[in-house]
Amino acid sequence: MSPAEEKRDSDWETVIGLEIHAQLATRSKIFSDSSTAYGAPPNTQASLVDLGYPGVLPVLNGAAVRMAVKFGLAIGANIARRSIFARKNYFYPDLPKGYQISQYERPVVEDGALEVLLEDGTRKTVGITRAHLEEDAGKSLHEGLKGYTGIDLNRAGTPLLEIVSEPDMRSAKEAVAYLKKVHTLVRYLEICDGNMQEGSFRCDANVSVRRMGASKFGTRAELKNLNSFRFIEKAINYEVARQIEILEGGGSVVQETRLYDSDRNETRSMRSKEEANDYRYFPDPDLLPLAIDEAFIEGVRQTLPELPDEKAARFAREHGLSEYDAAVLTASRELASYYESVLAALGSEGKSADSKEPMTAQKLAVNWVMGEFSGALNRDGLEIAGSRLKPQQLAGLLRRILDATISGKIAKEVFEAMWGESADADAIIESRGLRQITDTGAIERAIEAVMAANPAQLADYRSGKDKLFGFFVGQVMKAMQGKANPAQLNELLKRKLSS
Amino acid sequence: MHTLTIAELAAGLRARRFSSVELTRKVLERIERFNKGLNAFLTVTADAALEAARRADQELQAGRGGPLTGVPIAHKDIFCTEGVRTSCGSKMLDNFVSPYDATVVANLKKAGTVLVGKTNMDEFAMGSSNETSFYGPVLNPWDPKRVPGGSSGGSAAAVAARLVPAATGTDTGGSIRQPGALTGIVGLKPSYGRVSRYGMIAFASSLDQAGVLTLTAEDAAYLLRAIAGFDPRDSTSVDVPVPDYVAALDAPLKGLRIGLLKEFFDAGLDRQCGERVRAALDVFKSLGAELSEVSLPALPLSVPTYYVVAPAECSSNLSRFDGVRFGHRCENPRDLLDLYMRTRGEGFGAEVKRRIMTGTYVLSAGYYDAYYLKAQKVRQLISDDFRRAFEQVDVLMGPTTPTPAFEIGAKTDDPITMYLNDIYTIGANLAGLPAVSVPCGFVDGLPVGLQIIGPVFSEAKLLNAAHGYQQETSWHRKIPEAYA
Repeated sequence: MSPAEEKRDSDWETVIGLEIHAQLATRSKIFSDSSTAYGAPPNTQASLVDLGYPGVLPVLNGAAVRMAVKFGLAIGANIARRSIFARKNYFYPDLPKGYQISQYERPVVEDGALEVLLEDGTRKTVGITRAHLEEDAGKSLHEGLKGYTGIDLNRAGTPLLEIVSEPDMRSAKEAVAYLKKVHTLVRYLEICDGNMQEGSFRCDANVSVRRMGASKFGTRAELKNLNSFRFIEKAINYEVARQIEILEGGGSVVQETRLYDSDRNETRSMRSKEEANDYRYFPDPDLLPLAIDEAFIEGVRQTLPELPDEKAARFAREHGLSEYDAAVLTASRELASYYESVLAALGSEGKSADSKEPMTAQKLAVNWVMGEFSGALNRDGLEIAGSRLKPQQLAGLLRRILDATISGKIAKEVFEAMWGESADADAIIESRGLRQITDTGAIERAIEAVMAANPAQLADYRSGKDKLFGFFVGQVMKAMQGKANPAQLNELLKRKLSS
Repeated sequence: MHTLTIAELAAGLRARRFSSVELTRKVLERIERFNKGLNAFLTVTADAALEAARRADQELQAGRGGPLTGVPIAHKDIFCTEGVRTSCGSKMLDNFVSPYDATVVANLKKAGTVLVGKTNMDEFAMGSSNETSFYGPVLNPWDPKRVPGGSSGGSAAAVAARLVPAATGTDTGGSIRQPGALTGIVGLKPSYGRVSRYGMIAFASSLDQAGVLTLTAEDAAYLLRAIAGFDPRDSTSVDVPVPDYVAALDAPLKGLRIGLLKEFFDAGLDRQCGERVRAALDVFKSLGAELSEVSLPALPLSVPTYYVVAPAECSSNLSRFDGVRFGHRCENPRDLLDLYMRTRGEGFGAEVKRRIMTGTYVLSAGYYDAYYLKAQKVRQLISDDFRRAFEQVDVLMGPTTPTPAFEIGAKTDDPITMYLNDIYTIGANLAGLPAVSVPCGFVDGLPVGLQIIGPVFSEAKLLNAAHGYQQETSWHRKIPEAYA
């Protein structure tokens, strides 16, 4: 950061609020029985209701309501006993009825909050003003149609939960941390697949800046087209710098909608407040008010899984994991449950036999799940569900580390082989002869051979060049193809060299 | 055969005095002969009708089917009919062939009725005279210089001229009852939620209700029994049991508490119309009913309230007619805005545009509270007035319209005068109540209607009262001379 930027940072405060659109993972649409599956040929999943044909009427999908309530309960929000669907009126070719059915004055979820863990270890609470149900629009297709615009209404009527935060975030990093937290939560709740590429999890950011210490918010810009965590951070940072520059130059920020261009890393004006639509919201007379009673809410509450924060706290408490490890591990429900399966398969085998670096089974499992295993998934672009390595198999490998059959280093080699061949650890260890050598006699013989072959280094070491110890370790390991038990090797080598 | 009621036709079909094919041929002949003069039908489905009649005859011969099997009917062109043009009286949908049946259409099909065609109507049901139709006005069978009322004018004229024994209609502010009254037939608007709106092209969703136009209350009972009921495709339809309206027709009217709607006997009511209505009330008195005057102070606010709520909803409901997916599309649009503006400019008539603009205005930022929200509050007051009235009386009665049928063109230049024609009918729509208009006499050769309004879901009681009255009178047996 340049000194100028640092000065700016101390002069100005950034204020960010996010509007997240989470596509709810219902089988059918919010007001019709068409499928919500992604990727079908255009207009093959649009019924007469989705097409807005004359005379058709919407019927609310109860599954979408259940998911909205589930989210509301998970963020400790109020569930409205009576909420209202409203029409948001505007013309666009991919909006078949000429209005979007949404919730306006009375949303189903109000007044919740989420706690996020920031990189520096501090915690911050972000308020969630509301979450409401609405239908998605279709898509306009402009490519390859020779001057025409194509309309695909497969997505029209897909249920969305719009989650609106308070303007509580003070940096792009905080915004991303909050967004990730919501992303984690909706996947835990199994109400949204979280796929940002396919648009099932989208985000708009309201960004403004004000003089440090000012009580009033500055004029905000709404940023759209933020379809990855990385872009969101970059777009906000660009926008903050843009606004500060305007204000420091004596100008004023215009309230407008701006589109983020990830190729150029800049935001561009889409429409100003003056050009904004008057949506003429009014209650949709085709739908009754959404009434939710205690029994319904209790029923949904019964289906709540262990939430990420609860799980992280349990891991920290019961498994002795650090807060950081616990948070990273629980950020993905799949990863956390993979970890738990590995642990379950390991059984209570206690600490590793490695006396130099004693490690609990839990810590070992965390390191491997978050390290090698996650790394391999990333490298091959796989989801956990698509991994060929079952938790039981990984546990089989870790068991051999714990009982000192192989060293951690050899284990990585075994892991790679397992990943490629999807074979069990024991089979690979046997077939490749990777079993760790713990026979003191064999190790001593190798040490003696290395000492005999390197008289000069031996003399130097003995005259005080301690650093050469590493050289001898390396040589012996090499001679033993890495299979020597490292702790034993260290101990024996130390004794031999100094005798 | 063409003067028979549904009840009489059902008996005739069952006794094999005539077949459904013979009856349907007769109906098609009369449509062919008279429609040019009336402009009541927009589409005649002769081949499909005869095919349906043949199937009905097979059912009847096999001893199956119900009272409606083989009975010809017509649908107002606002109901979607699979494979048949559904124009809603508009150029916008002149080329629209519905890919599905409305629930009302499907229910009547299931009951065995024979659809002979689709009837003319005010464009998108917006009008009280049938003059706003893209296909031209419908003429009143009692006087071709006069309107048949609207918006279900085609259905009313077709039934009054005995072209078809019954037809469906929709009533948003009086669109069944007013044309029923002006053509001398029965017009029934059920309670809001009693009949599914699925497949009925929406005008004002919170007010629209499907109903029927028939010669008698008895026929209305037969049809209502077939179309009423909860529909999972219409969230505003209500899941309460459908009583046997036919079985309830003959209950004695002794002790029926009738409230005379004070606000309906106002200065705007034609003197002679008022006399016919009072004479009708005397008939009820002679049957043992108890009459008392009831006042609903908020009722005079019905018309202004309606002309905020209905346009607001229509401005949004009609947004889907944009030239993108179905219906009219302008030639060679330059761009998107041009497509919208010319498509809608060309496709909609003046009255529809007037209401879309009014509705857009009352929903706009800064005006919403003053108009839309206030109208909703007044609507509640009107509902409360009715609720209180029904604590004292079983039904309310009064005129259906202030005057008999007016001349074509008489009110087209002045929308407000036209709107005031619905002054007595709108209240029931705002409160979601069932109401029926029954012919109760003539003024200068033009029919006059008695309106009966009841509490929500009291259709059986309304039809019982109307039927009792028709047993004592013969106004419904009068046929316009040219169509006898």
